[in-house]
Amino acid sequence: MSEALLSLHYHVSPDDFQTAGEASSDVKNKLKKMGFPPEIVRKVAISMYEGEINMVIHAYGGEITVDIGMDEVRAVLKDKGPGIQDIGKAMEAGYSTASEKVRSMGFGAGMGLPNMKKYSDEMKIDTEIGVGTTVTLVVRLA
Amino acid sequence: MRLKDMAELVDARVLCGEELLDEEMGTAFASDLMSDVLAQVKGHPLLITGLCNPQVVRTAEMVDIGCILFVRGKRPDAQTVALAEDGMLCLLATDRTMFEVCGILYAHGCQGTGGECRE
Repeated sequence: MSEALLSLHYHVSPDDFQTAGEASSDVKNKLKKMGFPPEIVRKVAISMYEGEINMVIHAYGGEITVDIGMDEVRAVLKDKGPGIQDIGKAMEAGYSTASEKVRSMGFGAGMGLPNMKKYSDEMKIDTEIGVGTTVTLVVRLA
Repeated sequence: MRLKDMAELVDARVLCGEELLDEEMGTAFASDLMSDVLAQVKGHPLLITGLCNPQVVRTAEMVDIGCILFVRGKRPDAQTVALAEDGMLCLLATDRTMFEVCGILYAHGCQGTGGECRE
């Protein structure tokens, strides 16, 4: 990718449903202000927000780095959670390991990863059981 | 149809964002599952939901939904209302059920967001 115009860093608090989404909201507002096309802003916002929610639900929070470039927006969401047991299954729409509490919040229906894939142009998952998961989401401008 | 007309039709109270009531709103999307809102919403519909927490406002914000109507007598807490005010969203609340609200609005010309919902 070309050199980043702007690099952003966020800390995501564990198990905090009240503040979850703050990072995605901030990125969305910044992209809007920078004049990115609405469809691009929407793709970044949705995919990143699902990722951020996942970090809160499954992974005791973590760190998000977002690099905004001329030709792409790249978000790296890194957690020290339990890792994903079966990525193939996790990618299936409807498969979920979320708790009742999470479901009662309107998530946990097994749509997180499928939504992230749908709204990004590139998605990479590096996961190790007991160590953590890093999800890289790329939305391209062209 | 103006947002104000929609609110009146379903006996909704305005919790915040009164300045948006004159906005025209032709479509609505009803769901308690926020992942479906994120995945399937097209355009800028009214969001009808019985779910009542800050993530509903966050979800609306991500997909550029300007107004949320809470049904079944659900009332968001002060923090959720504050979040909506920050994001300049309008919040409405009614004691009617989701089914009733959808039926009334549909009968008065409000449309769904269209498109297929299956992958």
